[in-house]
Amino acid sequence: MKALELKNVDKSFKKRRGEVVRALDGISLSVGKGEVVGILGPNGSGKSTLVRVISTLVLPDAGSVEVFGVDAVRHPKQVQRSMNRVSVEASFFKKLSAMENLLYGAKLYGVTSREARPRIGEILENIGFARKRATEPMEHLSRGMQQKIALARALLTSPVLMLLDEPTTGLDPRSKKDVQAFILRIRTAHDSSILLCTHDMGEAEELCDRVGIMVDGRILALERPEELKRRYATNGRVPTLEETFMAATGFSVEEASAEGE
Amino acid sequence: MRGPVKPGWLVEMIAVWGYVQRNYFLTKRYFMWEVVWLTFTTVNAMSITFIGAGAAEQPGGEAIPVEYYMTFLLIGALIWSYLSMIFDILSETVQWERWEGTIEYTFMSPTSRVTHLLGMGVYAIVYGIIRTAIVLGVAMLAFDLDLGNANYLAALIVLAVCSISLVGFGVVAAVMPLLSPEKGQQVTYIVSALLLLVSGVYYPVDVLPDWMEPLATVSPVTYGLEGSRDALLEGVGVTGLWGSIWPLLVMGVVFVPLGIWVFHLGENYAKRTGKLKRSG
Repeated sequence: MKALELKNVDKSFKKRRGEVVRALDGISLSVGKGEVVGILGPNGSGKSTLVRVISTLVLPDAGSVEVFGVDAVRHPKQVQRSMNRVSVEASFFKKLSAMENLLYGAKLYGVTSREARPRIGEILENIGFARKRATEPMEHLSRGMQQKIALARALLTSPVLMLLDEPTTGLDPRSKKDVQAFILRIRTAHDSSILLCTHDMGEAEELCDRVGIMVDGRILALERPEELKRRYATNGRVPTLEETFMAATGFSVEEASAEGE
Repeated sequence: MRGPVKPGWLVEMIAVWGYVQRNYFLTKRYFMWEVVWLTFTTVNAMSITFIGAGAAEQPGGEAIPVEYYMTFLLIGALIWSYLSMIFDILSETVQWERWEGTIEYTFMSPTSRVTHLLGMGVYAIVYGIIRTAIVLGVAMLAFDLDLGNANYLAALIVLAVCSISLVGFGVVAAVMPLLSPEKGQQVTYIVSALLLLVSGVYYPVDVLPDWMEPLATVSPVTYGLEGSRDALLEGVGVTGLWGSIWPLLVMGVVFVPLGIWVFHLGENYAKRTGKLKRSG
């Protein structure tokens, strides 16, 4: 059974002037158990809508979304139990401390404070987050630290499917490395399946078993990084993933992260 | 964290406590704002109560039973402060989380929306009772109130029943920001203002124009105030307050499920149109 399977998923949004934007256009993809699948795409390509559809926050117009064989549209509560999400915004109560936010997040998944506290300690240690800073309000923490807490919050509920929507965007290089290392550890230690949306080519290549390229709501290709690069080889030369992305989308990496901002 | 599987009801109860505890933590963090609002509410209640004393100073005002009238106004100010707080906390459920940026995280958690709204309702009631008790304590020190006959237990029962129906009313209003991220919350403020106008907070409902009086009959605040005033000013017991209690029970039975159903429809609409996250 696949951890995640999407078949022909469409989603359009109406803008104010009646204009229709097709955010997802016939998306089909699957993530195997324990697999990390990356989706590369410029901003505005539909990556975040894809994550929102899977996490039951947006209803698709057509197609099916299954998480471990359960229909996510018809049985959202069932699939919500088995997954969690980390997005580009850390999404915390800014005045509350990291510990208070984590305890609150745990309770929404039925985990009591008594059960959560030792686990939080263990996770914070693993991600190199100083325990004493866990009592400071989130707004006093750097973006990198907030993002580590976001990962800790997701991990606290032991998800078997993790949705990571640009988890390292805007982080300094050191924090980015820390977060990426933590993602790798989650995969090996917790046997979680991961869908990672990013426009960081190095991150995709380092962390993902398969990488897809998404443009204008469509997935152009979804293969192992080496195969993907070979697909865009010219004159026998295998391009880098960055060159592959540029060839497939017409965007440079800089344009990919700036587009739509 | 994987451990023994908990029964569904226990998971939901843990989440209710999660919402209550989170709101308590937030109240602690915004403590200075709490002091500001408590001061504002106390001063507001006292100013309104002084209108009773002022009325007696007007020509012909000697006929006004000053203590009774001041107590009438103070009860209106206190109970409105309590009930409007419940309405505001419930109706701001969505907007508040949008502002904090946590709405998607809350809405993708596996506990039910009823649990979410129940947690908000429980906190609103407990918080409202504590704040109103503090204001009442200050007011009792400041004024000679006509509470010699007061039946406090009967008043509390009326308020408890009224709180439940107002939670339902607040949940219906909470759906507005889901339907319109830009203007939804403003609509709830208008609803709150209309409740103040038609529910007889500072005057009997029968002074309203004929066309406005029917609006008072669908406001739970009207019955909550009538019942509380009868209990506190006249010492009427629970049996005698049945005329105020049964409409509140009916409203509770109608508004709570209606609120949850409307909220469910609103949530689906927001998920269909992508308005859950949008703040403007």
